[in-house]
Amino acid sequence: MVGKERRRRALILTIVGILIAVYVLFPFYLVVMNSFKVQADIVANPISLAGASFGQLITNLKSVVNNSNFNFWRALFSSVVITVISLLLLALFGAMAGWVISRNNKKKWATAIYMVFIASMIIPFQVVMLPLVSTFRDAGNFIGIPLLSTIPGIIFAYCGFGGAMTVFILTGFIKGIPYDLEEAAAIDGCSPEGTFFKIILPLLTPVITTVTILNGMWIWNDYLLPSMLLGLNGQYKTLPVAVQSFVGSYVKQWDLILTAALLAIIPMIIIFLVAQKQIMNGMIEGAVKG
Amino acid sequence: MGMNENAASRKLLSLIFLIGGAVMLVVSLIQDFSRSGASYRGALLVLGIVAIILGLYLFPTLKYHRRIIYIIFLFPLLFTFAVTVIIPLCLGIYYSFTDWTGIQFTKFVGLENYISMFQDPQFIWSILMTFVFVLLNMVLVNVIAFLLALLCTNGIKGGGFFRAAYFLPNLIGGIVLGYIWQFVFNNVLINLTKTSLLVQTRTAMFAIIVVYIWQYAGYIMLIYITGLTQIPGDVLEAAQIDGANPTQTLFRVKIPMIASTFTICTFLTLTSAFKQFDVNLALTGGTGSVPSFMGKYLTSGTQMLALNIYNTAVSKNNYALGQAKAVLFFIILACVSLIQVRVSNSREVEL
Repeated sequence: MVGKERRRRALILTIVGILIAVYVLFPFYLVVMNSFKVQADIVANPISLAGASFGQLITNLKSVVNNSNFNFWRALFSSVVITVISLLLLALFGAMAGWVISRNNKKKWATAIYMVFIASMIIPFQVVMLPLVSTFRDAGNFIGIPLLSTIPGIIFAYCGFGGAMTVFILTGFIKGIPYDLEEAAAIDGCSPEGTFFKIILPLLTPVITTVTILNGMWIWNDYLLPSMLLGLNGQYKTLPVAVQSFVGSYVKQWDLILTAALLAIIPMIIIFLVAQKQIMNGMIEGAVKG
Repeated sequence: MGMNENAASRKLLSLIFLIGGAVMLVVSLIQDFSRSGASYRGALLVLGIVAIILGLYLFPTLKYHRRIIYIIFLFPLLFTFAVTVIIPLCLGIYYSFTDWTGIQFTKFVGLENYISMFQDPQFIWSILMTFVFVLLNMVLVNVIAFLLALLCTNGIKGGGFFRAAYFLPNLIGGIVLGYIWQFVFNNVLINLTKTSLLVQTRTAMFAIIVVYIWQYAGYIMLIYITGLTQIPGDVLEAAQIDGANPTQTLFRVKIPMIASTFTICTFLTLTSAFKQFDVNLALTGGTGSVPSFMGKYLTSGTQMLALNIYNTAVSKNNYALGQAKAVLFFIILACVSLIQVRVSNSREVEL
């Protein structure tokens, strides 16, 4: 009796779960399915498969990819370059700074730096974005290295903005690594930088994975910072900026907009399918620690 | 002998780098200040800094080597952080008391920007809408996420699939999601609602909340699932032996045991809802009429704080006023964070 009751409950819960999943995934279905249609069919019949064909998908893809406002391959390339280099630099610089801070945590200067980093995490981007643009413009003109509308400039900004959270999580982890390990290496004649790169850095793999996922989700999807620093019509656009700039010029052209949306979400979905567990765990750890 | 030779050549190399770097730095700085501006001066500056760092690194000293390494290791992050966060923050607060145009300012205006923003009905309306949005979201996202977490941890088949499916929208950036949902409201749901929900301010606010929950609940659900699965099995067993029914177990055991998770999730939804910008921009662009508020007709009924700041500065070209609003925004968020720290500390939570 109890077993039957339990099975019936499990069945009801599973059905509820499926219904919610259908609701959650429905917009994705609409995007995919309508990318196979012409505008007229989308407007007349947005839910059904009527009018969908592979040929039309190819046509839509072609007109979106080659569109001068969207420029998919270029935007994808910019997004990948900006995200990957920022993540590598953040992981390296964050680990270096986190190691120095955690190995000097009894000293006042290290505590002060740590406190400034933590306090800065509450600063919303809005309060710095306007002076950031003018600082980058003026500093770039002054030193002769353009920082606005350039990829090195935006990578520099991501290192600055991602630094606090990265150092916070990494310092917490490094504090847990026993100091004996480094002392033994020092007695064997290993230099401090050698100790860091050969002993500490390899031990940081799990926590670097976590910060890379957190920073990666943020940088890849970020809109406001690249729209301010690269500009909506600049030479370089990240994918979110390209989508915004594209939609602005093709209002209500849903065949093109939905195909552009499809192209913009595919890279993230692929990465999620490959590293689902790591991404979900990374997001949880970031929330609990942050 | 070998050691000595090595040390000597190292010293020489270090000095070459230090002097060469200093020369490059000085030459490029002279050009910067004299505004003669040769195009290679930027590269010279970077090379100079790199050379000085290398010189310091190679400097043959046992006593100070560790200290030098510490400085070199801290430099990249501290430098980028200072240039992108600390300096703009200080400048921003300073500019909010001037008539800054985004490029320059001519005079101090005292509190004028701060006074004029509170005389603008549109801004007051944006603040009100933001608070309504934040409060509704905080409650709805947490309730829905917690129910989803219970669903996923209740021996449901294929729990892993459901978790991933519910989390999926969180992977997509707000701009793209906003346009996808604009399509859903304007072209699909319109068959049920007759007029699009995005047309009227009240229903459009509701639409933004729906989209935000759709995006965010799956993420918060993951955190609740972690909390729920960390409850020790013997505690739940003990409750069962004592004859507690599922409802009692939920309210008397599970919820009290994950109180700290509730604190985390509450503040996470609170701060992220406050900063909401992308979905607001892509879904409604802030439009929506309000017939009469403080005696004025408003055209941006769904414009929340973050978008209001952006539009004030970038679209309306009023940088000083936008910056002053941003400073107020910062103060509000700082207060929320301080309350969070208080609450978390008073609970003495550990997770």
